[in-house]
Amino acid sequence: MTVVHARGSLRRRLLLQLLLVAAILSFALYFTVRVLAQQAAETTQDNILIASATAISEAARAERGQILVDVPYSALSMLGSIAEERVFYRVTANDLTVTGYDDLPAPARAAETGKPVFATAIYRDDEVRIAALPRRLTVGDETVILTVLVAQTRLGLAAVSLQISIAAAAAGIGFFLLSGALSWFATNNAMRPLNRLAKSVERRGPQDLSPVATSAPTELVPLLQSLNTFMARLSASLARTEDFIAEAAHHVRTPLATVRTQSEIALRSVRKPENKQILREVIRAADESSRSAGQLLDHAMVALRSDNLEKEQLNMKDLAQDVIRSISPTADLKDIRITCSGSDTTSAVEGDPILLQNALRNLLDNAVKYSPEDSRIKVEISEGASTVRIDVLDEGRGLGDGDRSHLTERFGRGDNVRDIIGSGLGLTIVEEVVSAHGGSLALTDNPERRGTCASLTLPSA
Amino acid sequence: MRVSYIALGLIGWIWVQMTSAHGFVAEEERLFEVDRPAATLNILSTADLSVFAPLVEAFQARNPTVEVHYVTASSSELMKALYEEDAEFDIAISSAMDLQTKLVNDGFAERYVSTETASLPDWAKWRDRLYAFTQEPAVLVYSKIAFEGLPQPTNRDELIALLRENPDRFQGRVGTYDIRESGAGYLFATQDSRQSESLWRMAEVMGRLDARLYCCSSRMIRDVVEGRLALAYNVLGSYAAAHLADNMDLGILQFSDFTTVMLRTVLIPKTAGNLDLAGQFVDFLVSEDNRDLIEDLTGLPAIDPGVLQREAAFRPIRLGPGLLVYLDQLKRRTFIRAWLNAMVQP
Repeated sequence: MTVVHARGSLRRRLLLQLLLVAAILSFALYFTVRVLAQQAAETTQDNILIASATAISEAARAERGQILVDVPYSALSMLGSIAEERVFYRVTANDLTVTGYDDLPAPARAAETGKPVFATAIYRDDEVRIAALPRRLTVGDETVILTVLVAQTRLGLAAVSLQISIAAAAAGIGFFLLSGALSWFATNNAMRPLNRLAKSVERRGPQDLSPVATSAPTELVPLLQSLNTFMARLSASLARTEDFIAEAAHHVRTPLATVRTQSEIALRSVRKPENKQILREVIRAADESSRSAGQLLDHAMVALRSDNLEKEQLNMKDLAQDVIRSISPTADLKDIRITCSGSDTTSAVEGDPILLQNALRNLLDNAVKYSPEDSRIKVEISEGASTVRIDVLDEGRGLGDGDRSHLTERFGRGDNVRDIIGSGLGLTIVEEVVSAHGGSLALTDNPERRGTCASLTLPSA
Repeated sequence: MRVSYIALGLIGWIWVQMTSAHGFVAEEERLFEVDRPAATLNILSTADLSVFAPLVEAFQARNPTVEVHYVTASSSELMKALYEEDAEFDIAISSAMDLQTKLVNDGFAERYVSTETASLPDWAKWRDRLYAFTQEPAVLVYSKIAFEGLPQPTNRDELIALLRENPDRFQGRVGTYDIRESGAGYLFATQDSRQSESLWRMAEVMGRLDARLYCCSSRMIRDVVEGRLALAYNVLGSYAAAHLADNMDLGILQFSDFTTVMLRTVLIPKTAGNLDLAGQFVDFLVSEDNRDLIEDLTGLPAIDPGVLQREAAFRPIRLGPGLLVYLDQLKRRTFIRAWLNAMVQP
């Protein structure tokens, strides 16, 4: 059997790709949240700075050629309402300080644009955000540009942004873990039909070549169709082979019967003992060939029937007695007595009677064949917890010491029976029948005396 | 003997050095000595030595190897010392919340955080650098004799009406802070102006009565006690309470419209040489366990959120950048001019 090498795993591949996507999305989420929150925080600070600057700017007026700025309490107190930040301000008229911190740096081009300008700078050991709001103010005869600068440190902002970063990172990790778990579920879910199909194919017996009827997702349908086509082809090919064998056996058996009949007629008419001996050899060979052909036929039938068992309730004892009856003429020739023991009523088995009879006949056939003259064959039927066991014990030459594993192989024969003609198909048929019924065949030495014990174990009905 | 002479000599030398190194004007100065000094804590404070000495000694009782050098100055001199002269002090205590705020805002204070500071309510601290340890309401101190026969006012409007209707009785006998000189006075006045317009009417009425202007609470209280004043407006209630027991005629009135509550604050200047010791002293002042001790030893009401809840009219001055507004040169000039126009009438 060819060993299939696994190369990579579909599930792992799917999972890894989903996780990769989740990781990328998580990072994107983290990054987006961070940037947006940072922007929001900065915008909030800018807005409040400009509100403060506006309040101061509106409180500025010129009086008798002098600029007066009455900084409203709220202008600075509002800056303290959000976070405990340091606050600086400065009011300039044409770059000359009117009031406030006169070393507070003014953002470049604040005065020219006439619009609020924001800048970030280091002032008094801390990073500050500076808002500059320019405005025209008429002082006496001339117009000056009054610029209100309001600055606030960003320590709170840094703390907030750190907090946001941590929260965003937590969200990202959480998102990743969640999507990881979901990916796992999704992968398993996606793989389920495939697993189901694999299992259903795996569950089939080695003889089951019927089409796989499991419904499958679209993607698996071509595979399933190919599989079914393949199986159909295999099945047809097998059937053809069996037919061929059956046909061949039949074609062999018919002329053999003619050979045997003609030989017997000839035997009666010849006088010379050496001629008689030759003819007897011919008859024996014809018998043996016929028997082999019969077994080939049996085997082909077993192979065919075991694909589709016709099960019914059977009493093993009755079945065994039927077989014993049919085989006793052959046994009588060698003065072999066959006894059958076991319960009459129970020992019920569900199975194909023709197959089981065939199996039992093959066993008894073997027993008779290998038993010495004037010996005994015991058929014992016993019941286990959920099994029925049939032991066939003979007083023959036993199994020998060689390897026993090939006894049930096709055309496999024991090492100690080379002198007796046999096809090597008998035990193969038994084995196939028994395993088609979910049972087993065991070959051991007869525990009572020399000989063989063949045990069939079948599940009870 | 010899050792102690040397020690005395050394102390004297340090004292001279300290004094001579001052660019700012110190008012009082005292070295709280210990037997085996291991470290010296330099305190610059606006609180009178007599008020604060017991507290310093209580601190030393717990830290017996700490020598304390206690220097008092006015709030503006304290500001000058720390803001302009980089004078080396481990602790700065002031009732001028605006100046303390400016020191913190402009980066002249060291950050300090401990479990003790964490126990303070939010309104009693700012930026982990400024910590309040007393809450002192600004009250009206009056002489019961001078008010005899008159209904007792409960709010500013009633007081204004009373003053208007009895000019003879109050002429030259009302006093308040000179906000040009007193940081606390300026702070109270500006907070009054924030709360209501009555400040300006009050100033006008007082101006018409030839109000007398004072540098500090203690002198106003003395003049009320000695009968020179009928009432003093915006006096630190904590100081007045100390005199209440001795003078049956002295009355204290907390206005029901609003009562400004000043917070006395402590900070560790950037110039502090001994941060650990300074931190210990801050903890000592702000600790929840020491609140009763502070009240007992100094007579100053300690931080107590419960009082603020009970007294609906109490408005503690809010620490924060809002306090910087009234320090603006232009704003201050304008405010003082307006106040003087009302208060000092030709």
